[in-house]
Amino acid sequence: MIRTRDQLNFSIRALLRQRFRTLMQLIAMSIGVLAVVLLTGLGEGARQYVLGEFSVLGKDILIMLPGRKETSGGMPPMTGEGTRDITLQDAQSLLRLPEVERIAPLVVGNAEISRGARSRETLVLGTNNAFFDIRHIQLARGQILPDLPLDQPSPVCVIGTTLKQELFAAEPALGQWVGIDTYRCRVIGILTDSGTGLGMNMSEALIMPVASSMQLFNTEGVFRVMIDVRSAMGMGVLSRQIEDIMRERHDGQLDVTLITPDSLLKAFDSILSVLTFAIAGIGAISLFVAGVLIMNMTLITVSQRTAEIGLLKALGASSREVRQLFVTEAVMLSLFGALLGTLLAEMLLWLVRMQYPDIPFAAPLWATAAATAIAVGCGFLFSWIPASRAAQMAPVTALQHQNGK
Amino acid sequence: MKAAGINPTADALIRVQGVNKTFLLGDEPVHALNNIGLSIQAGEYLSVMGPSGSGKSTLLNMLGLLDVPDNGQYWLNGADTVPMSEEQRAVYRRRHIGFVFQSYHLIPRLSASENIELPLILAGIAPAERKRRLAPVIERLGLGSRAGHLPNQLSGGQRQRVAIGRAIIMKPRLLLADEPTGNLDSQSGAEVVQLLEELNADGITLIVVTHDADLGRRASRRIRMVDGVIVSDDCTHYSGSESRTDQSDAP
Ligand SMILES: Nc1ncnc2c1ncn2[C@@H]1O[C@H](COP(=O)(O)OP(=O)(O)OP(=O)(O)O)[C@@H](O)[C@H]1O
Ligand SMILES: [Mg+2]
Repeated sequence: MIRTRDQLNFSIRALLRQRFRTLMQLIAMSIGVLAVVLLTGLGEGARQYVLGEFSVLGKDILIMLPGRKETSGGMPPMTGEGTRDITLQDAQSLLRLPEVERIAPLVVGNAEISRGARSRETLVLGTNNAFFDIRHIQLARGQILPDLPLDQPSPVCVIGTTLKQELFAAEPALGQWVGIDTYRCRVIGILTDSGTGLGMNMSEALIMPVASSMQLFNTEGVFRVMIDVRSAMGMGVLSRQIEDIMRERHDGQLDVTLITPDSLLKAFDSILSVLTFAIAGIGAISLFVAGVLIMNMTLITVSQRTAEIGLLKALGASSREVRQLFVTEAVMLSLFGALLGTLLAEMLLWLVRMQYPDIPFAAPLWATAAATAIAVGCGFLFSWIPASRAAQMAPVTALQHQNGK
Repeated sequence: MKAAGINPTADALIRVQGVNKTFLLGDEPVHALNNIGLSIQAGEYLSVMGPSGSGKSTLLNMLGLLDVPDNGQYWLNGADTVPMSEEQRAVYRRRHIGFVFQSYHLIPRLSASENIELPLILAGIAPAERKRRLAPVIERLGLGSRAGHLPNQLSGGQRQRVAIGRAIIMKPRLLLADEPTGNLDSQSGAEVVQLLEELNADGITLIVVTHDADLGRRASRRIRMVDGVIVSDDCTHYSGSESRTDQSDAP
């Protein structure tokens, strides 16, 4: 029985000998693998990006918004219309439930922020100090909103870095007063740079106590209530308890909608997963094409090397060993091709990451592994057939092949 | 299974009995081997001659287990080879039989010494042992300085010597040569013949198919074939062999 090392050596020499064929197959295989790895890398990057955006909210968060549409799954309504407001008292009452750890009401509006001669229209968020923790918002300097009763206004605010830059440039902002329309408040904190999520760009936002923002925008209702739940288990039960409370408070009418980031995320996730798989499928087809190419090339090789097969048999190689030699050649080629393709794909992904540092473009391991496996599988399968044919040839017939030429 | 009582020379290296081989050439059946019977002792030196198409190569391929007869019996080294599977025949070829072909059949991408080494590799012998066995053979072939050359960098005579080296590296008992000098000029042909005869003198059983009457005459036992039939089987110097002849003393 031929030794594995000798067999590999023999195959490598054969591959090196037929440089053109080897190169063609290598290119075909690596393009196939490149396609799979690159495309899934891009798809997966996009998916991870979206997931990342949502995961800022955390898993054990419920969001309550005013209004209700009877939905049978899918995306919940994003706007409330013609229904009763969710008041701060409504929000406060949820804390009665033992499973609710914290709540953060959210009021959103646009206002003109001014400081001296500079002014700028921007996003104003009214909320409480739990919001910072729930949304994982970090401060570069200063402090977050004080822990006040929900209905108590206070003339303080926290601002994003871009806003700080625009209003104060290089000057210190902490402790300074800014105007918000007709209202005035003191800057007590500045956010760090990394402040996006759910489409809100925090670096341009101003965050103030919810009661103050309700005065500012002259509203009784909040835009959202974020409910931080002690454990993600029993989310369904808790939702029903919250709905009960709200129904009770709103004269027996259920006019709020509860959503979990999970449900949103699942909707996006399934769409993006399908996309990634579709993309991977396209790549897999190109791999298959590469496999067929390998089969043709192996067929050509086999007929070119019929005399060699005859000789090997005359020297005492069994059919199995002859077949093994050819299959090894093809598998090795596929493996090299897969390696090359993976390397190229990783390089391209790296370049894309350089270009778009926010999006984590990277091929998942399963895609690389699957692409390699398919490549090797194709190489194996598609060389097996012609190699078996070669191996079954009677030794004389194979030998005479060259004699007859 | 050894069939008892067929032939007293049970210890013969080769025993062939009633072997037929028919090829279809178009619609025409060609009787390439016609009821061949032959017995060869270990150490004999045979030449096989005859007109083109008389079945010499077919006989040699059959003896070398590269081809199977349609019917009849062939014992090699005491084993009945006809019922063997192709895999078993491969093992026998590897262990007991060396081939030398007219067109050398060297692998072009392997150097002279690697070509000679090939049977050892196929047999799964360890590299150190291979090297140990290779050295004396290369020495004997007088290929020392050419061992690293590729076949296309060698002369015809050198190529045939490489092929002989490959044929004997496994120390087979039987060496089969089909027109080994057919592609060579007379000078290198003579060298190759000398090498083969030296190997025979060392004990290997040598069967040479040839068109060259001078070469044929050198063998101690000369077989002549016509139309798939052994028409003469001349034994001169060799005493240990038993001739089985269908017709004696053809020219
Ligand atoms: N594979 C084959 N298919 C069909 N016919 C064959 C085959 N091999 C040999 N023959 C026929 O069998 C006969 C004997 O062939 P063989 O090659 O044994 O002759 P030979 O004596 O070696 O001739 P030469 O001296 O030309 O080499 C020829 O008529 C040949 O055409
Ligand atoms: Mg012939």
